[in-house]
Amino acid sequence: MTQKLPGSKDIPPAGVTWKSATEYKTGDWRSKRPVRDDEKCTRCLICWIFCPDAAISWDGKNIQFDMNYCKGCGICAEECPVKCIDMEDE
Amino acid sequence: MKPMPAKQILMGINGDEAVAYAAKHALVDVCAAYPITPQTIIVEKFAEFVANGEVETEFVRVESEHSALSACLGASAAGARTFTASAANGIELMHEVIFLTSSIRQPVVMAVADRSPSGPINIHGDQTVSLAQRDTGWIMIYCENSQEAYDSTLQAFRIGEHPDVQLPVMTMLDGFVLTHTLENVYLLKDADAHKFVGRRQPMMITIDGKQVPLKLDPKTPITIGPLQLFDYYMESKLQHSEAMEKARPVVTQINNEWAQLTGRKYGDGYLQPFKVTDADAVILTTGSSAGTARFVTRQLRAQGKKVGLLKLRTFRPFPDKKIAKLLADVPVVGIFERTHTTGSLGGPLFNEVRSALYDLDTRPTILGYYGGLGGRDVTPDHFRTIYKELLKIKDTGKSPRNPIKYITVRK
Ligand code: SF4
Ligand code: SF4
Repeated sequence: MTQKLPGSKDIPPAGVTWKSATEYKTGDWRSKRPVRDDEKCTRCLICWIFCPDAAISWDGKNIQFDMNYCKGCGICAEECPVKCIDMEDE
Repeated sequence: MKPMPAKQILMGINGDEAVAYAAKHALVDVCAAYPITPQTIIVEKFAEFVANGEVETEFVRVESEHSALSACLGASAAGARTFTASAANGIELMHEVIFLTSSIRQPVVMAVADRSPSGPINIHGDQTVSLAQRDTGWIMIYCENSQEAYDSTLQAFRIGEHPDVQLPVMTMLDGFVLTHTLENVYLLKDADAHKFVGRRQPMMITIDGKQVPLKLDPKTPITIGPLQLFDYYMESKLQHSEAMEKARPVVTQINNEWAQLTGRKYGDGYLQPFKVTDADAVILTTGSSAGTARFVTRQLRAQGKKVGLLKLRTFRPFPDKKIAKLLADVPVVGIFERTHTTGSLGGPLFNEVRSALYDLDTRPTILGYYGGLGGRDVTPDHFRTIYKELLKIKDTGKSPRNPIKYITVRK
């Protein structure tokens, strides 16, 4: 180990962490990423509904994947009716 | 001058009802529970108190015990004083959450109406299930009678919520023998009970030099129960152990405070020795069996036999040093346990007591007895048989090759 980690006396009880869970980035173990073809996309928003991680955002015009949270599960690609999402290797 | 104990109300109730009264007196904020024999009366009675408006508790009806303790854990993390009760297969189903509750340091109080686990299917009393929770990191108190069940349940909130401790507490009462048997029980008056138990204060922790409560609060967002892998898991376990060590004096302190208030005291909170000092043979046991064993001990003493009883009340934290001190000069010790372990030398009580005595210069001869399993009656004859055997070993100096025995088993 390169870095010395704090011991039991220095860490908070029960492993409590100071931040709210919204501040953790949990998408770093994704092995595939969704790539969407914007031309083919019909904005039906089925992917937006199905994403189990709420990692797809819709601002009324554009669809975006939030790579801080996307787990690469591929549900969006599977559900897209026009098959415009490809799952590419990370 | 000894302070006068508070005036109390004598009621004819069973052990389950006694626990329900204790939960009512503890002003529990949230109770989530699922009924299971022989615990059912606890939640039934408590639900009645809630329905009648006698206590302001959020009663959460859940579909299983796993959910019951999960709901309690969540409520407790939000700062609520939380209570639940279960038994046997219900405890087995919540086993996962039992570990979580203690590792997240939530002082939930749970009454366990001790009943044998299924396998073979059975609904009667023994202590197999509760003793199987020995590694879950909870404080564990075994009750001898319904009075002690009431007393210990109220004490449990004070012990678990103590700022140095912050751990969940299980109080065990033997299925049917205590849960369903009418007994005269002294209950505190509401005001006295409320004063004793107080209100739950959340543990304070330091964040960036600032003190914040260890509870889910949008004003001071924290994450409770995060993933702790190989990098922090062991450090948290060490912390947990230290909290359990800090609970040691607290158990005694609360037991003493209770004695001042009610006039009832359970030894030092851990052990209640009865005629142990000069004894040739001592039986160590726990729960309602201790009452039966005391009866026999008194009888045999009247006949001039030097026998003694050591009742173990608090199993976690385990009073190993106290046991070693009390049994140091006793020649023969028999441990009676209402649980069963296969493929090991004796059950958990036998093992832990025997290990506690290992460092003594001269160790007693120690025998382990399995009995009262699956609700088989624990009778005075059990203890007469055990004492007879122990005294014979003392007299002849010959100990059996196999120290593990069954009481009343047909071969
Ligand atoms: S791959 Fe899965 S997590 Fe990522 S955007 Fe698609 S549905 Fe959401
Ligand atoms: S499901 Fe496919 S077509 Fe529909 S919005 Fe999502 S990417 Fe576009």
